[in-house]
Amino acid sequence: MDEGVKLLEAAGVRKRFGALVVLDGVDFAVGAGEGVGIVGPNGAGKTTLLNVLAGTYRPDGGRVLFRGEDVTSRAAARRCRLGIGRAHQVPRPFGGMTVFENVLVGAGAGGRRRGREKYRQAIDVLELCALGDLANRRAESLGLLHRKRLELARALATDPEVLLLDEIAGGLTEGEAAELVVTVGELRRRGIAIVWIEHIVHVLVQAIERLVCMDGGRVIADGDPDEVMRDATVVDAYLGSAAVR
Amino acid sequence: MSAVAAPAPAARVERWTRLSGGFTVLLAGLVVLLAFGPVLWSENALNNLIQLYFLVVLAVMWNALAGYGGLVSVGQQAFIGIGAYAVVFLSLQHSLEPYLAMLLATLIGAAVSIPVAAVVLWLRGGAFAIGTWVVAEAFAILVSLDPNPAIGGGTGTSALIPFNTRYTPEQRLHYTYWASLGTAAVLLAILFVLLRSRLGASLQAIRDDEGAAASVGVRVLLGKGVLFVLAGAGCAAAGALILAWQLSIQPLGPDSVFGVNWSAKMIFMVLVGGLGTFEGPIIGAIVLYLLQTYVSSSGVWYFVMLGAVAIGFALLLPRGIWGTLQERFNVQLLPVGYRLRGRA
Ligand SMILES: Nc1ncnc2c1ncn2[C@@H]1O[C@H](COP(=O)(O)OP(=O)(O)O)[C@@H](O)[C@H]1O
Ligand SMILES: [Mg+2]
Repeated sequence: MDEGVKLLEAAGVRKRFGALVVLDGVDFAVGAGEGVGIVGPNGAGKTTLLNVLAGTYRPDGGRVLFRGEDVTSRAAARRCRLGIGRAHQVPRPFGGMTVFENVLVGAGAGGRRRGREKYRQAIDVLELCALGDLANRRAESLGLLHRKRLELARALATDPEVLLLDEIAGGLTEGEAAELVVTVGELRRRGIAIVWIEHIVHVLVQAIERLVCMDGGRVIADGDPDEVMRDATVVDAYLGSAAVR
Repeated sequence: MSAVAAPAPAARVERWTRLSGGFTVLLAGLVVLLAFGPVLWSENALNNLIQLYFLVVLAVMWNALAGYGGLVSVGQQAFIGIGAYAVVFLSLQHSLEPYLAMLLATLIGAAVSIPVAAVVLWLRGGAFAIGTWVVAEAFAILVSLDPNPAIGGGTGTSALIPFNTRYTPEQRLHYTYWASLGTAAVLLAILFVLLRSRLGASLQAIRDDEGAAASVGVRVLLGKGVLFVLAGAGCAAAGALILAWQLSIQPLGPDSVFGVNWSAKMIFMVLVGGLGTFEGPIIGAIVLYLLQTYVSSSGVWYFVMLGAVAIGFALLLPRGIWGTLQERFNVQLLPVGYRLRGRA
């Protein structure tokens, strides 16, 4: 990727939990409007990398840059307001609020929109994520599919330049996952860069043009999706983890 | 799911519903009616209602902290004590008009809560609870060691002189009644406006999931700080009212103005009424008031009873009275939310 167009970048990021090294010098970058998929066996450190990019975790080493500016010490809320949106692997709705209110929080706090403009943003996002009919439902009463969509909608309402998606199709049916691909495609058309962690590679490749594979806290392959999936180390990592399972 | 956003021309956002608008008007009307209490009711009834009002204030403030900020404080008695002692200090030592002193005591509570917040808001969960308690005990000990005769050290003090030199007992009762009603009404109104404001949705988000709130850009610490200062002011106001009602106060012991029993009562009211709901704490305050007026109001059995009722609620109705009703019927009597209407 061209040096000048990096939007969000992790440079030499390290993260430990106690004695466990989870990120072992990760270099990762996404350009403006780019779509990048991340795959890798369970425990590879994918979610942890997202947490470091989003500011949920401080790395023990390395830096995070957004639009070339060092944001390593910026808190998660600040990074969201800068333009880094994030959807959690396990959805975390504001259970006591309605679906519409959940999205409004994103539009108001993260997207810094006011009044009518905030409402319009929230309504637009609900329609895009097919949640319009559930707008007035309490979020805690939603099933998994709608929780996943709400997680995406709320992040989207914050007006991100880059959206970090953590297994938003996990646990969904093929048909439901295909609908998400269409939605993500629309986001790409709007110019939002996407970093999407997903196990189901054939779904993922429909929405991204670059694939990164992680294993053991390192990036082991990065490039064209077909080439990455043919890469010997990637095949090895997957067979290895399949053998363990 | 369609990729292209369907236009929703008729969609509009509704904040007042007929039910909630009607209820809000009814509540405002009730406050006006209650304001006529001193010309309508007996001295005994007024005394009871004063207690109810400051219980409402305490419940609403504790709920603002725990229900919206996730801040489980067991040290709000620090501000009750500060409010009560500030009135004595200002009115006895500095001969200030006592009701003016009560107003100033409220502001002092807010001012003191700022440095306290700067320390305790960095603590989490259990550490926060213990931290607030330590702060309350520290203030109690500081007051009890104060050699100033107006403060009275460990034996306590009284505002009998400033009140009785200016007012007859009947006047004091009436003014204290209005002050308590006014404080409860104003604090409820402030919280209502706060929850309806832009910050309000963020506060509810913090209540539900602090980490997720931060991840969508919510300034969590700012929200908590606002709640902590509001609760500091509100509890100081309650302390000032308690002083005006009972006149003499002590700094030490669980029953004193700095006593941990206040926290027990606040937790009880909020858990019974419904944590994190606007209406719940008012209901909880009425329940506690009824229990202490008609069942028991002192001694060990009182707290045994409170404990038993609280455990019963925790097991059977964990969302409290109002939380359960709200979940079942999806109603909101006070319109702090947003409803989307008119979608095809
Ligand atoms: N907060 C944490 N505390 C301790 N260990 C963690 C924490 N978060 C993740 N881990 C560990 O880090 C490793 C990588 O986790 P994660 O990034 O979630 O992997 P992935 O998303 O690739 O499946 C796992 O072994 C996991 O148990
Ligand atoms: Mg993961």
